[in-house]
Amino acid sequence: MCLAIPGKVIEIYEENGLTMGKIDYSGSQSTACLAYVPEAKTGQYVVVHAGFAISIMDEEEAQKVFEAWDEVTDAAREQGYNVTNEPLAEKNKRRS
Amino acid sequence: MKYLDEFRDPNIVKKIVKDIKDTVTQPWVIMEICGGQTHSIIKNGIHQMLPEEITLVHGPGCPVCVTPLEMIDQAIAIAKTDGVIFTSFGDMLRVPGSHSDLLKAKSEGADVRMVYSPLEALKLAREHPDREVVFFAVGFETTAPGNAMAVYQAEKEGLTNFSELVSHVLVPPAMKALLDDPQNRVQAYLAAGHVCAVMGWEEYEPIVQTYNVPIVPTGFEPMDLMEGIRLAVGQLENGRADLENQYSRVVKRQGNTEAKKIINEVYQVCDRKWRGIGTIPLSGWRLNDEYQMYDAAKKFNVGSIETMESDVCISGIILQGLKKPPECPAFGKECTPEHPLGATMVSSEGACAAYYKYHR
Ligand code: SF4
Repeated sequence: MCLAIPGKVIEIYEENGLTMGKIDYSGSQSTACLAYVPEAKTGQYVVVHAGFAISIMDEEEAQKVFEAWDEVTDAAREQGYNVTNEPLAEKNKRRS
Repeated sequence: MKYLDEFRDPNIVKKIVKDIKDTVTQPWVIMEICGGQTHSIIKNGIHQMLPEEITLVHGPGCPVCVTPLEMIDQAIAIAKTDGVIFTSFGDMLRVPGSHSDLLKAKSEGADVRMVYSPLEALKLAREHPDREVVFFAVGFETTAPGNAMAVYQAEKEGLTNFSELVSHVLVPPAMKALLDDPQNRVQAYLAAGHVCAVMGWEEYEPIVQTYNVPIVPTGFEPMDLMEGIRLAVGQLENGRADLENQYSRVVKRQGNTEAKKIINEVYQVCDRKWRGIGTIPLSGWRLNDEYQMYDAAKKFNVGSIETMESDVCISGIILQGLKKPPECPAFGKECTPEHPLGATMVSSEGACAAYYKYHR
């Protein structure tokens, strides 16, 4: 019951005195109440549970986890291990 | 899907597993609190990838599972009342009460409707001023922001035909109750990420200190869970006990302050009975004194309903992490998701149903 999923805010509007948002989950769309994330802007990702956004996705933090493990891979590569992942530097180039 | 798929990367999960294997030197027991995490662990085989030193036990974090039988019976009694539209999250509809369930009540003529958000229940109340609309407000801290908002809005709009049957449960008191049990085996907790998204982790810090137990707020994807386990094992191996946040992309120390404001406006802490466990002091929310007119149990006078549990079901012991579902003699025999004897078989987040689905 506590599953919440990230979706992208694509529109913000008012309904019955509450801030609401149209949320895109990779193609399928629905609405969610944004009253608890008043700073949310269109284009940002929010985490939605039972029709309410309960948190704004911190994209920098999301990135950090990967970078930490990519660095582990990079280090292994430098030590001569055969690792298949794309090096972190290449990934960053692609991201920016 | 963005922010989901990346966190399922099997290559990184493998790397984390290797790191855990390199770190671990002795047996440890770690409990994931949340039923959503239990489901993800069993589904993705996380428990099978771990070194054998590490035992995961599945906690009581499935609201559907721990909602006491008499609440289900009260819900059914209200749903059968003339003029009532009874609304609920889908997963409560099949939970067996003493004699029936909400879906059966519906097939017998009760107006039971599944809603995805409590605001849909409120909408029904607006659209049907001649009917009483009741919402079954169950769940942990994660569902409370929405459930509280529905009452708050009803009050603001002057909607008098809306009420809630409230059976909210709180995670930290249950974590404490488990640690206080003399049979306790749990040495570290993965805290429920979305509960912490709402509440933050300040209330977990005293538990870390008092019981000297690592607590790691953790997300739901395979990479999150493995990383949460890695952090917990790292602490245990180093003799540390800290609050360490794995789910930093969603969980902040103070939680969601806007949500906490509305929750505290509408609900107040109370003792709560947990199915299979018993009453845990100060482990639930009920409507605040100023919002009593939104209490469906009072409005429909069902508060005195008493109940009986199946005596073969050991779900209480399973919910405390003392036994695994296949150790129940009824598992997969008399008790299946089609004919559940206990609530841990009903919800896909219940430990028995998760084992039944992925492990037979
Ligand atoms: S298998 Fe069924 S009877 Fe046994 S503990 Fe689980 S829910 Fe209860």
